[in-house]
Amino acid sequence: MKRRRIADRGVRVLFSVNAVLAAAVLLGILIFLLAYGIRAFIPAGAVDPEDPSTQPLTLGGFLFGASWNPDAYGQPEYGIVPLLLGSLITTVLALLIAIPMGIAGAVFIAERLRGGVRVAVKMAVELFAGFPSVVIGFFGLLVLGPALARVFNVPSGLNVLNASVLLALMSLPTIISVSDDALRVVPHSYREAAYALGASPWTTAIRVILPAARSGILAAVMLGFGRAVGETMAVLMVAGNAPIIPRSLFDPVRTITTTIAIELGESAFNSIHFFALFALGFILFLIALFTNLIAEALIRREKRSFTL
Amino acid sequence: MNSLPADRRRRKYFLSNVYFLFLAVPVIIFLVFVAYMVFYLFRNGINVISWEFITRPPERGMTAGGILPCIVGTLYVTLVSLIFSIPIGVFAAIYLAEYAPNNLLTRMIRSAVRSLAGIPSIVYGLFGVALFVRGVHLGLSVLASGLTLGLMNLPWIIATAEEALSSIPGSFREGALAVGATKWEAIRHNVLPFAFPGILTGILLALARTMGETAPILFTGVTYFTRELPRSPLQKFMALPYHLFALATQHDQLMKARPIAFGTAAVLLILVLMFDGVAFLLRMRIATANKWQV
Repeated sequence: MKRRRIADRGVRVLFSVNAVLAAAVLLGILIFLLAYGIRAFIPAGAVDPEDPSTQPLTLGGFLFGASWNPDAYGQPEYGIVPLLLGSLITTVLALLIAIPMGIAGAVFIAERLRGGVRVAVKMAVELFAGFPSVVIGFFGLLVLGPALARVFNVPSGLNVLNASVLLALMSLPTIISVSDDALRVVPHSYREAAYALGASPWTTAIRVILPAARSGILAAVMLGFGRAVGETMAVLMVAGNAPIIPRSLFDPVRTITTTIAIELGESAFNSIHFFALFALGFILFLIALFTNLIAEALIRREKRSFTL
Repeated sequence: MNSLPADRRRRKYFLSNVYFLFLAVPVIIFLVFVAYMVFYLFRNGINVISWEFITRPPERGMTAGGILPCIVGTLYVTLVSLIFSIPIGVFAAIYLAEYAPNNLLTRMIRSAVRSLAGIPSIVYGLFGVALFVRGVHLGLSVLASGLTLGLMNLPWIIATAEEALSSIPGSFREGALAVGATKWEAIRHNVLPFAFPGILTGILLALARTMGETAPILFTGVTYFTRELPRSPLQKFMALPYHLFALATQHDQLMKARPIAFGTAAVLLILVLMFDGVAFLLRMRIATANKWQV
């Protein structure tokens, strides 16, 4: 009897420790990125006044500098602005495609598809969400790139547009799945009330169900944003990667994620460059974290609004 | 009853259906795009795949031979990640589903785990460099990459396992408690066996997605070429997704390496779809088998 009680206590502790451990990973990532990133500004080693590559960065220069050029001979530059703009431009363009497509698609799937067809479509959407991003990037490189170059008559199809189209495609499963869930938790009474007032299925879907699910759909958009802004490999393969602020859809672009992927391998351990890439990672972490927390709050709000 | 005359009512419903057809367009575009992608990759890759291709190492600067070290490396690193994340993930999920009181700490744990799922994979890569490669001196290795991937798929495993546990009705637990079982005995005998297929589904989905990840292993252990298969978890390794990336963009003779790149893409996609497919079949079986879910 006593042994059973002790076992009961023991597993409870075991499980709770693991839960806390899992949650602590988030804190761990935050602390490590901060501890490494900060050394780009406050170096631990000696600063050689003769060598510009050992000069610590200023926070202002990092956050507002308009040029990212760590390899520049003489005076390396670590301005995050072109990279941040690169990430935001590709992501926003991707969402301009993915939001209308995703919401329209989700309304269709939630309101019109039943049974086997619904399962098949949902399965295709979820399978695509699991496609390796290198495979999607490979397709963008070999098919979408040349196609865009031909259609728009530009020398290279590796540009903002290509990256945005791939990101749109990659964020669509997230937007569709989360929106579909949001639409389906709208209580039946809403639909019945609309029908009772003589509304057609279309009017019911667009004027009643969709507005009722708006918090959840906004959450879907936020999660789609998070997916797109954090994507690395597909963008790396199709964006052209020049660290300039793009002037048109057909210019190459460099994002925060791809900069880390390109430069971490070539930066020397413990150099300012190395730590500056962790500072980039920290910015990316904050963007992703806030995106997620907002999405979570929106989902909570939708759930609450239906449980009155 | 309805104030509209019959023909106007018919027209209203007809128009309603027409409008819905427009909403089908984006779904169809998406499906066609995905179908074409799969078709294109398989059409170009399937001829490359042969017994030699999956059982031989690369030859002549990656323009001939096979991809055996990549397949082995990918399976190895994925296995290491799951050995790490399955126990932690499932235990954490049991706590969250069965024990956690509804308080601030629980909400913070849930929120942290959900946030982890949204952290970009390249950030996990940076963390892996800082903690595993340098912090605990694992160097560039299967182990460092595996642990990094394990941290990344941990929140996925927790989410699906918690869902699987929560879907078991409370009466299952109460039945055991009523005849004198402790809480753990109730969970062990009356909950876990029924939640097991759902937990397994989550693990398979995590496995499939982990195999395709590149960014977390980029700086924690994957390498362009090693002559031998990894014997110890402290060696560098080759992996399918990185191999595809390198052959597609970094190789000095891109066109000569192209067939191998297509073959690698096809093999990777087949592996991912295979595990995803099994997971889906399992999920469908659960949906039909669990009669208590009304």
